[in-house]
Amino acid sequence: MAIEVRIPTILRPYTGGAKAVEGSGDTLAVLVDDLDSRHPGLKARLVTEAGALHRFVNVYVNDEDVRFTGALDTALKDGDSVTILPAVAGG
Amino acid sequence: MTRYDSLVDSLGNTPLVGLPRLSPSPRVRVWAKLEDRNPTGSVKDRAAMYMVQAAEKDGLLRPGATILEPTSGNTGISLAMVAALRGYHLICVMPENTSVERRQLLSMYGAQIILSPAAGGSNQAVAQARRLAAEHPDWVMLYQYGNPANALAHYETTGPELLRDLPTITHFVAGLGTTGTLMGTGRYLREQVPGVQIVAAEPRYGELVYGLRNIDEGFVPELYDGSVLTTRFSVGPHEALRRTRELVEQEGIFAGISSGAALHAALAMADKAVEAGQDADIAFVVADAGWKYLSTGAYSGTLAEAEAALDGQLWA
Repeated sequence: MAIEVRIPTILRPYTGGAKAVEGSGDTLAVLVDDLDSRHPGLKARLVTEAGALHRFVNVYVNDEDVRFTGALDTALKDGDSVTILPAVAGG
Repeated sequence: MTRYDSLVDSLGNTPLVGLPRLSPSPRVRVWAKLEDRNPTGSVKDRAAMYMVQAAEKDGLLRPGATILEPTSGNTGISLAMVAALRGYHLICVMPENTSVERRQLLSMYGAQIILSPAAGGSNQAVAQARRLAAEHPDWVMLYQYGNPANALAHYETTGPELLRDLPTITHFVAGLGTTGTLMGTGRYLREQVPGVQIVAAEPRYGELVYGLRNIDEGFVPELYDGSVLTTRFSVGPHEALRRTRELVEQEGIFAGISSGAALHAALAMADKAVEAGQDADIAFVVADAGWKYLSTGAYSGTLAEAEAALDGQLWA
């Protein structure tokens, strides 16, 4: 099951500079574990020790913020697109 | 009565207009709240007026005072107009990757501009303004990202206006910046309309804007309370530009680019309602008109050209 994951500049040291990587998993949590197995250290930047998304990290599945779709339990399917971004201000 | 004692008194009571061509059906309708019809042409006039009035009431702002504010543009322009009329000096800390028109308007109203680095976007402007505020304790930072008067403006004005004009409202959609519009309007509508959906459209910029050195430099406005929202979409420049052009080409509404992003989210909710066979009245915010973005190339050439020209710019 292939899911494209877009990686922000700040996390590319973990992906060898790649802007996007592929991963698999039927939930976001499983996908993050899968990514961490090939890009060690990535998970710690996304998920706290308590198992929640870091406050300043936003993750979107098909452009929808996962905090409104079940957070790390958000279901994934083949062909989904995952985007990771640091939180920035508007206004 | 459309006569007012002065420009600032004409704040709010903006038109809500239907989108007969872009709405999917007579049962699923999309409505635009034209916030460009405010005194300086953006939704930020509401927050700026409320923040200044609150600071005056609290005794923070006295004649001749200096106001300091981090802003990507519209809040600064609103504050600059009010400051000019009331005799305050205004200093705006603004990212350098914002449109030239914004800087021209700020200068026209007599504001001083301090540019912050492009990389990191508004986060850097906020950080720089905080440093300046610490160095100049006599300056008054209204701080739109954490000032309750920002959200209160929308709780007391935008929300009631929407419900008055659209009692059948089912969805409210707006751009997510300071989060003031969504928090204030969202709270009001949730209290008044059972089941109403509050939807955020968050602009997704080019990579430069996310060029933080550290995740911990990330920023979530103090006003933000996720429990007010039903959901939140990230909208990239391609979709925002495409919808901005549809607005002007199909409905005649010449809006800024963030309004295209809000329309994109509104139409996504409209599609969901159609699929579910539900009636819907979806109101979204046109935060400003397109004038300030003409120099970005957003309205000329192909979409791909416009998107390339916008890369690295703060377009909302």
